[in-house]
Formats: sequence, structure tokens, C-alpha cells
Amino acid sequence: MKDAFGLPQSLLVLGGTSEIALATARRLVARRTRTVWLAGRPSPALDEAARELRAHGADVRTVAFDALDPDTHEEVLGKVFAEGDIDLVLLAFGVLGDQAHDEREPSAAVRVARTNYIGAVSAGLVAARALQTQGHGSLVVLSSVAGERARRANFIYGSSKAGLDAFAQGLGDALQGTGVHVMVVRPGFVRTRMTAGLPEAPLATTPEAVATAIELGLRRRSETVWVPGVLRLVMSALRHVPRGVFRRLPV
Amino acid sequence: MPAETASVTGWGRTAPSVARLIRPRTYEEAVAAVRECGARGGIPRGLGRAYGDAAQNAGGAVFDMTGLDRVHAIDADGGTVLCGAGVSLHRLMEVLLPLGWFVPVTPGTRYVTVGGAIGADIHGKNHHGSGSFSRHVLALELLTADGTVQTVRPGTDLFDATAGGMGLTGVILTATLQLQPVQTSLMSVDTERAADLDDLMARLTAGDDRYRYSVAWIDLLARGAATGRAVLTRGDHAPLDALPAGSRARRDPLAFRPGRLPAAPRHLPGGLLTRRSVGAFNELWYRRAPRLRRDELQSIAAFFHPLDGVPHWNRIYGRGGFVQYQFVVEYGQEDALRRIVDRIAARRCPSFLAVLKRFGDADPGWLSFPRPGWTLALDVPAALPGLGAFLDELDERVAAAGGRVYLAKDSRLRPELLAAMYPRLDDFRALRAELDPRGVFVSDLARRLSL
Repeated sequence: MKDAFGLPQSLLVLGGTSEIALATARRLVARRTRTVWLAGRPSPALDEAARELRAHGADVRTVAFDALDPDTHEEVLGKVFAEGDIDLVLLAFGVLGDQAHDEREPSAAVRVARTNYIGAVSAGLVAARALQTQGHGSLVVLSSVAGERARRANFIYGSSKAGLDAFAQGLGDALQGTGVHVMVVRPGFVRTRMTAGLPEAPLATTPEAVATAIELGLRRRSETVWVPGVLRLVMSALRHVPRGVFRRLPV
Repeated sequence: MPAETASVTGWGRTAPSVARLIRPRTYEEAVAAVRECGARGGIPRGLGRAYGDAAQNAGGAVFDMTGLDRVHAIDADGGTVLCGAGVSLHRLMEVLLPLGWFVPVTPGTRYVTVGGAIGADIHGKNHHGSGSFSRHVLALELLTADGTVQTVRPGTDLFDATAGGMGLTGVILTATLQLQPVQTSLMSVDTERAADLDDLMARLTAGDDRYRYSVAWIDLLARGAATGRAVLTRGDHAPLDALPAGSRARRDPLAFRPGRLPAAPRHLPGGLLTRRSVGAFNELWYRRAPRLRRDELQSIAAFFHPLDGVPHWNRIYGRGGFVQYQFVVEYGQEDALRRIVDRIAARRCPSFLAVLKRFGDADPGWLSFPRPGWTLALDVPAALPGLGAFLDELDERVAAAGGRVYLAKDSRLRPELLAAMYPRLDDFRALRAELDPRGVFVSDLARRLSL
């Protein structure tokens, strides 16, 4: 169960090698979380993530999960929920793709969309139903400011996050009154493996800062969290910039 | 029987969860509700005054017991009452005071049910002499997980597990209580101020034996030399001859007519209770209290239940809700208490109406909270930054001093500390495993702390 401050005792991470997810898990394990499920494609990185969280004192289990294979989500997640209540589901999987390459290679672009959007729709709905049966729990969805307005430089990724973001907002509204809380997290540029080598955008942040914001959002039962918080103002301004100008902005 | 799906919280309005609220009005309906409660079980709930998640059951059933609200029999000579578990202490006072009897123990609110009073094994200002509520229970009827009803008497394991058992041994249907005789419905109250914590403890230690009821309000925002300054209010039921001759009170000495103000509005913003506003309130409260006043006549409501005058007062904390933290440390651990009060004062927690009290002998309930020692209770807005970690630190100090926190108020204890605080926890778990092997009775509190 979550405590009065929204801190979960059990955590399921979808995308178990995500750096943001692991920073969040470390933070939560330091507080109340004792049971962690890391769902992801079996890999040495997944095992290493589990080892590290165990060293922090959590009971960690890994489970084979592939965002690109929605037909299996029901079964895989069903098994996790059958083992006991999950207080927090952190939907953290996603790929950035390579915009220039993906524009030339539509099948690669589709892979981005299938992972970030279709995979999340499937896993999100399966997790939401299980949480609803419990009558409690939070679903935290890692969206991105990139989904707020499509940019020339990464509109394939951005459009997949836009779809995910809209889906998660609607899901949150649908789950009003069921005891399930859906929180959409919109980080800006986060310094991780995924963004390594890319030119850093203004207001760049870290996985640890996102984790801090998630913990605060859980306590406040927030529905939307921007990281850093000032991005909420920046993006609401950028949303109204005329297309011709926006196109030429160096962001 | 009426049932609805509802979001349920405790009085502190934190950590809501959704359950089917079922309101049985007869024993047969209660039995049916327990038999049919489904895979996620059920938990009885009274008037929802437990601060945390004790009377919540996410995804399962919550039995609203306020439908069992009959007072079945009163022995006006022997001073006992047999009533349904859903009867409130307010109702009991209305019925019993005209007959010259009072409830044996009342907490800071009259709006608790008899079932809840036993389940949380509540205490009042008379704990140092009279013990907890369950000490005055002569018998109770308990609906257990197998759907049968059994009479449970003090001195049995099942009674000791049920008293303070947070509803997890079964649903209390009725209880027979031993009452306290009174001549009037007024209280004779002595008020005095204490300049700091040491002064307060000395006054409480020296004088408590002279009073049936004793409590101190403590200003946790005062710092420096004034740390722990307090207002003590102690007294007893006023005898008839204490009432002025010819007065209205004298003509109708057992009248009970508590007034109520309008309820607190529903959607107050959070952040009204800041260090500044609470500090000003505390200053005023301390200054307006007399340095010393003896034999003042006060109503039962004013002496025991000042907050009941404002219905839904818990809304003043806004949607973020609040946490009540109550712990006890044994006599001899005064240094630990001092350090904790210093830490709270240094942290500047905006806490108004914190209370300090001395407990008497421990009660028989396995999970009953009181034990001989000092108990401090404080309310803090849940949105206060860093509060979770701060209370964790206090837990460690309390546990290190051999103390414990009160489950009826808890909404955030680290589960690992529970066994140290409650040495009979294993007995409680073993009894539950035998009595309720399928885990029919379960609450959010029980899940959170693995009770």
C-alpha cells in the first residue's frame, strides 16, 4: 500500500533498464519500496539493474517483457499482479530512434511508433485494469516535452510521445473515481544513454531530478509533472509561437 | 442492503482507496456481507475517525457499521449498557447522561462508534486511572470469518486480540459496557500554565493522581526557553453541590445539549496552516489561558470534545490532508521525550493542538497502544516538505526508547519497526492465521504493515 505521502511499497517498472526508472526506483527503495519488478527484454543490463537495486535492500525480480509484442502483455503482467498488489507501475520504456535515418527508413520509424505508442497503449491498458481491480495504485507514464509540439528535428519520436501523452491523459480521466491515479511526466532533455552524443537542449536535466519530481508528484497526487517545472511555462509559450517562426527556432 | 462504490479515506484524508461500502442494518445482513465479501475481503468501519488507512480496504468491501445503531438494554442500577457496535459515544451520552451515567472512556471526539472504540482500544484523559476503553467492556459479540457469531469475554485470547485489533479479528456486532456514575453533566476543571517542558512534566507527575481526567495542550512551535510550554486542563465530573443553588444547571443537572457550529467548507485550499498562522494561534491559546484557575464549570463538550463543535474540521488542511503522529515512551525515557520535542520545535512543524498526557498501566489488548509512560500527539499537514523522512527519524527515536506509535492514527509507519513496538504482534498474526485462514478481514493498514 502507499502511505500518506504516496510512497509505494511495491513497484513495477515497464522498461526495466530505463535510467530514469532506475533513478526513481533507487529513490523509492531508499524510502518505502521493498518489492521491485523489473520488466524488460532479458539482457545483462536488466540483470545488472536488478543486482544494483538488490544492493539497496529491495527484493527485486525480473520478468521478460517486450513492448513490441502487445499480444503477450496480458499474460506477462497478469503473472506479476497475481503475486501481490502493485502500488506503482512506472511505464518507462521508449526509444528515441534516429530521425534522419528513420525518415529514409520508414520501417525503422514504425518501430519507434510501435514501441512508444502502441506498446504503451497495450501495457497501459493492461496495467490500468489490474490496478482498478486492486482499487488503488498509481500509473506513472514517462512522456516527453517532445510530444507537446512536433519539432523538425525529432518529430517521429515527438509524435509517438504526443500519442502516448494524449492516451495517458485520457486514461487518467477514465480512471477517475476508481482509486487509480495516473500521472503524466514530461521531462525535457534528460542526460542519459539515450541522449548521449546529442547536442544538449536548454534546461537539460538528469534522471535523478526526474525521480525527485516523480516522488513529489506522488505525494501531491499530481496529474501532470514537468521536469524541470519551468518547462510548463516555456512550453505553453512555445505552443503559441507561429509555425513559420517555430520552424526556425534553434531548439 | 445498501452498497455503493466509494473512495474512502481516514480522518486525515490521505491515501484514498476505492471499495464497496456496504451498510448492514441487521446481524443477518452483517453475516451475509461477510460471507459474500469476495476475494479482497472486508473491514468494518465506524464513523471514520481513525486518521490513517485502518478502515479502508482497496478493491474489497468496507462494512459501514453505523446501521447497527440500537441501544438494546440499559441497567440503570448497575450501570451497564448493551448496544450495537455502530452506536456512537455521542448517542450513548444522550441516552445515558439523563440516567446519571457516563461512558467509561471518551477520546477527543464523541463521534466514534463503540465498535471502533474497541477495535482501536481508544484511550481518554482518564487513562492514568481508568485504562483504555476495552477495560470497561464486559462482553462483546464478534462475527468471525467463518460467518458465525461468538460471545467474547475479557481474559480470553480472542478478546485480547480484538481489543486494539483494528477490526482484523472480525466484526463486532454488540458490546456490553460498564459505565461511570455521574451526578451532573458538567465538569469541574482546573487550568494552569506550564512555562516549559520540564515544568509541564513536573506538574503532570505531581498532580495527576488528584484528577480523574488530565491532559496538557503543548505549544510545539515555541522555542528556546519556552520549548514545551503548555496549558494543563484537569478535572472531574462536578458533584451536584458544586452547581450554584438556583441556577439553571442546578435545576437540570444532567442536561446534555452540545452546540455545533457550521461545518468547515468542503473545498478549502491547502496551505492555510502555516508556521505563521499556527504560531499566532498557539500564542493566543497560551496567552488567553489563565495562569491558574480552579473549579471552573465546563460542559462535557467543551472539556472533552472542543473540535466536535466544528463538523468536518479536518477539511481545514485542504486536499493534501494531514498526518497525526502519536507515540508513547515509557517513564524513565524523559530524555528521549525531551529530544523529540526539541526536534519538533527546531523543525518548526506547524502543529496546533498537540497534546501530552501520562498513561497508566498497560491494557491487555495485544495491539493496544497505551503503556505506562508519556504520550504525545500532534497534527501536521501532509504536504509539509520532508515530513515523511522527519517522522521516520522520530520513529527511530521512539523505538530506541522502547516506545511505540498508535495504529489508529498511523498512515506512514515503516513496517520493519512494528514488531519492536508491539511485542505481541506474532501472537496476533498467529491467532488471525488460525481464525481467518483465508484472510477475509483485511484493510489497507493491514496490507501496509503486514498485520
